[in-house]
Amino acid sequence: MSELNELNDLYREVILDHARHPRNKGALPSADRKAEGYNPLCGDRVILTVKLDSGVIADVRFEGSGCAISTASASILTETLKGKTEAEFSGLFDKFHTLVTSGGEAPATASEWGKLAVFEGVREFPMRVKCATLSWHTLKAALENKQEPVTTEE
Amino acid sequence: MRRDFPVLQQQVYGKPLVYLDNAATSQAPQAVIDAMNRFYLEYRSNVHRGVYHLSERATEAYEGTRVKVRKFLNVASDREIVFTRGATESINLVAHSYGRKFLREGDEIVISHMEHHSNIVPWQLVCGMTGAVLKVIPINDRGELIWEEFEKLLGPKTRFVSIVHVSNSLGTINPVKRIIDRAHEIGAKVLLDGAQAVSHMRVDAQKLDCDFFAFSGHKLFGATGTGVLYGKSELLNAMPPYQGGGDMIKLVTFEKTTWNDLPLKFEAGTPNIAGFIGLGAAIDYLEELDFEAAIRHERELLVYGTKVLSTIPRLKLIGTAENKTGIFSFVLENIHPHDVATILDREGIAIRAGHHCTQPVMQRFNIPATSRASLAFYNTKEEIDALARGIYKVLEIFK
Ligand SMILES: Cc1ncc(COP(=O)(O)O)c(C=O)c1O
Repeated sequence: MSELNELNDLYREVILDHARHPRNKGALPSADRKAEGYNPLCGDRVILTVKLDSGVIADVRFEGSGCAISTASASILTETLKGKTEAEFSGLFDKFHTLVTSGGEAPATASEWGKLAVFEGVREFPMRVKCATLSWHTLKAALENKQEPVTTEE
Repeated sequence: MRRDFPVLQQQVYGKPLVYLDNAATSQAPQAVIDAMNRFYLEYRSNVHRGVYHLSERATEAYEGTRVKVRKFLNVASDREIVFTRGATESINLVAHSYGRKFLREGDEIVISHMEHHSNIVPWQLVCGMTGAVLKVIPINDRGELIWEEFEKLLGPKTRFVSIVHVSNSLGTINPVKRIIDRAHEIGAKVLLDGAQAVSHMRVDAQKLDCDFFAFSGHKLFGATGTGVLYGKSELLNAMPPYQGGGDMIKLVTFEKTTWNDLPLKFEAGTPNIAGFIGLGAAIDYLEELDFEAAIRHERELLVYGTKVLSTIPRLKLIGTAENKTGIFSFVLENIHPHDVATILDREGIAIRAGHHCTQPVMQRFNIPATSRASLAFYNTKEEIDALARGIYKVLEIFK
């Protein structure tokens, strides 16, 4: 039974919902930051466009194709990060990475995490960590104004 | 016969392992593992150099595999069998050694739209170095080469045709004999990427009359890091060494070095000795098993699996060539192959999801990736049924 529970943990209803109905999908015409992320192992690609307003992520959208985990991750990322500062993103970036790779540390309070907590199930699926983090790496690159596409194979 | 394969005897997540990623790497029978172990336990030593008992045994076993491979591919001489690290290295060897010596600016190299990256990138590198130009044979919606387009690509500038014998992402068996004859008519040389061919059919390199043939040991039930390049001796003789080092020379001074004879000219450095001893054991195993019967069984599984998978809703097979091997590449409507593979994995079913190192094939079919179940002769109908049940589970989760 345990493997079924793990599958249910991975494919939580929230994740399936965001995979089916991704939020903030498309390009921001008025974006002032843009980055492309690529997973050469599976060919998945994500493009993030960001509108910044004095250090605050005023708007962010994503395009591309990927699995349920990467699509839901991009969708929830864009939802969560809208209105947050770049510094807040940096903090969350590290915590999210810890969340999906286990690291042992318990995730912070549910209120801070919001929907991000549903990605906890990924830690039982090490091969899928890259799917969950691709859009995060891409957003980081966008904020740092990196021109080269980021890949999961640094 | 299944009992000969230790890896297949295990459970994964409490379920019997169903191994359907044979196109990536097939499993080794106990006889292969034993042969490699014996090398480590009894006579581990280097080849060609030692004048003592262990090294003589190692050399004999290593060179014994060369004889077995020569017979397996039915070629004329052991000297035409070069040991490499894999099909990839075999192709790189030809691209770099033959290509850099014999290809000039404006010369054309013909490949196909269904090549593995291993048979694209080395030629791109050579084109970059020589000014030669790459031409690509398109494929149709079933995943077959379009013959008329191939004919159109051939011309006075065509010097080389490098083509996959069996596609790893579509299963298509290409009409290689026809391709070789046609290419030879206009004076082009032909390399066959046989990585997916040798474990699924009898390959007779002399009858095919290919100029080069490449394959990997690990897809033929042997060790990883072993590969074979067959080349016609007059071509191999005319080619410069690909890498320099020990064993590939006769005499080295700082002024001048003379190359060793074939095939050692192309085998610089200490090879994967145990691995090649295992490859010899794998060929012995196949012959003792009755390779023809194994091929027939796999063929039945292909027919059965195609029938079973075709009845699954939302499933589309990619690669439906008339003439194909046991590769089921498929997409499920609105479900990404990674999610398919993860869910199947928890059912104990190992398949591949991704572009299978054939990104142009994915672009051709306008998909990011496929799920791929690939057969070996040790697979069973029950395993195909398990695959189908697993896919229904995926559909249930993503309903
Ligand atoms: C058609 C084809 N060519 C070449 C290769 C490369 O083989 P290797 O990685 O063993 O060198 C493969 C392996 O996937 C293949 O399927």
